[in-house]
Amino acid sequence: MPNLEHPAYPAADLLRLEVLVPCRESQVSTLLSIFGERQQFSFPSIFIYGHTSSGKTYVMKTLLTTLQLPHVFVNCVEYFTSRLLLEEILIQLQSCSSGAKHTSPVHCDTLNDFVRLFKQAVASQELQDQTLYIVLDRAEQLREMEANILPAFLRLQELTDRNVTVILLSEIVWELFRPNIGCFEPFTMYFPDYSIGHLQKILSQNHPPEYSADFYAAYINILLGVFYMVCRDLKELRHLAALNFAKYCEPVVRGEANERDTRKLWKNIEPHLKKAMQTVYLREISSSQWERLQQDGGEPGQLKGLSAHTHMELPYYSKFLLIAAYLASYNPVRTDKRFFLKHHGKIRKTNFMKKHEKTSNHLLGPKPFPLDRLLAILYSIVDNRVAPTANIFSQITSLVTLQLLSMVGQNDQLDGPRYKCTVSLDFIRAIARTVNFDIIKYLYDFL
Amino acid sequence: MFPAPDFRCTSNDSEDTELRFVTCQSLWNQIKSETEQIQENLNKQLLENLVSFLSRSHSDFQEKTTEWTFKMKFREIPTAALVLGVNVTDHDLTFRGLSDVLQDNITPYVAMLEAKDCPGIKNLMQKLMGQLMNCDLDVDSLEDEDCVQVSQNRVRCSMPSLISWYDSVTKKTDSETPSKKRNSSSRHWQSPPVVVVFKDMESFTTKVLQDFIVISSQHIHELPLVLIFGIATSPMIIHRLLPHSVSSLLCIELFQSISCKEHLSTIIDKLLLTSQFPFKLGEKVLQVLINIFLYHDFSVQNFIKGFQLCIVEHFYSQPLSVLCCHLVDIKKRVYSLSHDQCENIRRLPSFRRYVEKQESGKQIELLTNDSFLKVETKKLLEDLHVYHENYVRILRCLHVFTSSLPKYPLGKQIRELHCACLENRVWETEEYESSLQLARMLNKTDLVTMLQQCVEILMSSSGKEFDRAVEKLKEFLTQFQNLEGGLCSPENNCLPCSLMHHFFLKTLLELKESRRSKKLTKFEMLRFEVVDYIDSLVRRYLVPADERTLHEVVYFNGAAVLRGHLNAAPRTALHTALNNPHWYLKNQALRCDGGGISNKAPDICIVYKLHLECGRLINLVDWLEAFSTVVMAAEEPNDAASSDQVDDVIHARFIRAVSELELLGFIKPSKQKTDHVARLTWGGC
Ligand SMILES: Nc1ncnc2c1ncn2[C@@H]1O[C@H](COP(=O)(O)OP(=O)(O)O)[C@@H](O)[C@H]1O
Ligand SMILES: [Mg+2]
Repeated sequence: MPNLEHPAYPAADLLRLEVLVPCRESQVSTLLSIFGERQQFSFPSIFIYGHTSSGKTYVMKTLLTTLQLPHVFVNCVEYFTSRLLLEEILIQLQSCSSGAKHTSPVHCDTLNDFVRLFKQAVASQELQDQTLYIVLDRAEQLREMEANILPAFLRLQELTDRNVTVILLSEIVWELFRPNIGCFEPFTMYFPDYSIGHLQKILSQNHPPEYSADFYAAYINILLGVFYMVCRDLKELRHLAALNFAKYCEPVVRGEANERDTRKLWKNIEPHLKKAMQTVYLREISSSQWERLQQDGGEPGQLKGLSAHTHMELPYYSKFLLIAAYLASYNPVRTDKRFFLKHHGKIRKTNFMKKHEKTSNHLLGPKPFPLDRLLAILYSIVDNRVAPTANIFSQITSLVTLQLLSMVGQNDQLDGPRYKCTVSLDFIRAIARTVNFDIIKYLYDFL
Repeated sequence: MFPAPDFRCTSNDSEDTELRFVTCQSLWNQIKSETEQIQENLNKQLLENLVSFLSRSHSDFQEKTTEWTFKMKFREIPTAALVLGVNVTDHDLTFRGLSDVLQDNITPYVAMLEAKDCPGIKNLMQKLMGQLMNCDLDVDSLEDEDCVQVSQNRVRCSMPSLISWYDSVTKKTDSETPSKKRNSSSRHWQSPPVVVVFKDMESFTTKVLQDFIVISSQHIHELPLVLIFGIATSPMIIHRLLPHSVSSLLCIELFQSISCKEHLSTIIDKLLLTSQFPFKLGEKVLQVLINIFLYHDFSVQNFIKGFQLCIVEHFYSQPLSVLCCHLVDIKKRVYSLSHDQCENIRRLPSFRRYVEKQESGKQIELLTNDSFLKVETKKLLEDLHVYHENYVRILRCLHVFTSSLPKYPLGKQIRELHCACLENRVWETEEYESSLQLARMLNKTDLVTMLQQCVEILMSSSGKEFDRAVEKLKEFLTQFQNLEGGLCSPENNCLPCSLMHHFFLKTLLELKESRRSKKLTKFEMLRFEVVDYIDSLVRRYLVPADERTLHEVVYFNGAAVLRGHLNAAPRTALHTALNNPHWYLKNQALRCDGGGISNKAPDICIVYKLHLECGRLINLVDWLEAFSTVVMAAEEPNDAASSDQVDDVIHARFIRAVSELELLGFIKPSKQKTDHVARLTWGGC
């Protein structure tokens, strides 16, 4: 394994770094060679991308702090406007140059101000002869800000004429960032996903003090065997490992097996992990509920997950409104006559079926319909007479706020509003069953 | 709240308007506090669970931060998914209760967010910080520098400012002497959680929620945040709004409030099926309120509002409602009635019926002698009170039986039974007949438990009225006990009600028919006796209220008025106004029979009527032609020679009327054809 080597940094720091960021040695050494020595100017901007949990944030942070490089680290999601972002950079800069905790309030509205204030801030002695690193995490957020922000950050070195390097971290590729008017091209770098071996290595690193490293590594091996297919997120895997470790140790604690009885331990934990995959992992039940279940030795089946609570009570007419909306969304307008007129005459089946409509309307998704069509269908499917009272109209609005219907194109107030029904077939069937309405008989797709 | 001036300004005060107003107000206040009490009790369990969840949420971490598991575990944001049901109008009350409970027990830092205030993450942070920092403002002195800044909005809307605010307030609480603070610090812990409530989760945009959760998750170590999602539909919405990468930052637990139907049942039980309040609802009125609830909004608050409207309407429109008071006040109020009020009594239909049944001497006295009338009225009103008290007891007893019969011929809920009894003589209905027949097939254990329940209900009444009935029922119970064992066999023709549910009513009744010929066993005889006895109680006590004399005094029956107020029909009203202007303008000249168009009607009405006869697209030229013909019919017919060219004034009137129609949303300009407009309504309503 190549040891990290760089003449500019003490070997002890480099060794520490290597221990802290396993499996990212090559990326770190590339970065170090770009950085060069402390006082050397580095590349103006570096763009690093890779999937979630590929260690971008972690590696950058560890690298900068371990080697004690002056840096500013901001998350662009958190500082959602350019003003907040620029001010935050300046605030962090203050504390990093003076070292003092107290920071005076900064006001910075434009990039112009920023460049000016930035120059003032880095004027201090210790910052002048070192490269300053500005890390912008979740950089994709920059695209939502004013158009000049991203290009300016990419060439901040040139604009400020100071020794500064901007590092952008993102989950999406550079091509999706590049403004169409062009800009300075950053040095791009890819953090590949961790392989199962990498994950095994990283996760096994922090074993609990009471147990041996091998014992824990064996556990991680089983865990990855179950979860690797669905989840490669290190944070999530570590969380799951911590949640279920107690269960893994159970046979050992009770003295039924020793630490080397891999088969026995596997038999004990494997079904448990599979259960975890269907419940805690999906956030069907919460991690604290899961832990309580384990402590009480209860079966996870007892606790109903979030998705089990699909039942929803609606007022009687709201149910019919929803059914009518569903029919209007999934039946072609042409067929309304056939479904809802008592004496629709004979419509030949062959005429009735148009070729292009053979493809399932359910595959195409809901279509918008006008209010009047909704009401017309409502009147024909409800047995007793419904007066078009304000109550009915407000019920439609309620269904929209509940996100069961959605309104499309509300631009024209006078034009009748148009809606879409957003519920699933299963849901509407359950609703229809409660009012004894055989909805399948009224759906064109199921004719 | 009340139309007070109207109440008092009613011309003659001989109708006790002042007193009626006062009575009405005090009655409403009693009912209001009662409903609040009910609400509080119903939410108690839910709130307790939430409080225990919240107090658990961050305490774990404070204690065990050194343990390996806690270091390794990802620190999720504790989140309560609070499923409240689709009756969104009721949620506010629950949230208010929640906020009070939280501030009393857990933390002073509670923020309530509504989707309409948070279109973006920026607005959300502003709202959040505004609410949190202002809550501190209340506690501290107002002159404090920082707080003034808060109100001037000079604080940066970012998590670090929130965190430094949190640090400062929690530290201050620690260091300061308790004398200055309220003893709030003792009730809350050292670092109380910050609770953020999303009142209407469904309406928030995905982006805002995601951003907020991602941001807070990064600071959970510094700011002990707890989220509460107010959910109207189902918890599935969480997964629909949040991708796995975001929901994995949360530790979500589910909490469910009681269903609104249960809530309504409790309200009806505590407000209507009680003798605590003198005011009662008639059958039609109750039905209107229940229908709005079940068919339209599921809102208990609206039900209570409707109930309030009934009270106000009753005391306002019924002069004799002054007698709608508690038993103790009746005597005084009756004796101080004016002569006019006595005449009002004599005019009551129920009283007239009563008078007719009396012998002629008494009839004359009742109709001419005010003091005699008052004595009689007092007696009748007291009877009415007693009637109602007994009615409720027996209704509950009957409900014990009917609520366990298969297919519930008389309804499962007591409110349905109540409506049935108010509407007609229940014992004359078919449903009652089949209920009795089914009751005659109950097995011994069921029958015995039901009888025991009835005994309990009747014993709980204060008066002596039911002493005999209780005795009788107890006697039945001992007789059942004394019967020899092995009772429940097919020959006895009995089924446990759990089993009965599997049969169809008809088959059951036929089954019974076929066995009629056989000789009855002892058990069967006894069962017949029991059912007959219950039947006799029903016939005696469950007489519909409107057969009782003076029921108008306490029962409100203005269903039509109520419907007019609560069931607004804007389309129908608009159509009526345009189609039949006479209805609102009360001008005889506008009256037209046979659907013709009166030329004296306002222009917009004429235009509207003409447009009803058109198809989807209306030709403006033809329309104008028709309009001018109708309007000209008023002018002298000999002018017709010059009518080739439409008068400019008429033209202008037409244009104005058409644009008014457009403004009302009936038509809009069409792009398909020039000189045409499109209709936006179909048919005529
Ligand atoms: N090479 C590594 N060694 C140890 N831990 C790692 C490594 N890479 C990632 N992690 C862990 O995985 C978690 C997620 O990494 P992070 O840097 O947040 O991913 P990203 O920013 O790419 O989404 C971090 O909490 C970190 O502890
Ligand atoms: Mg990251």
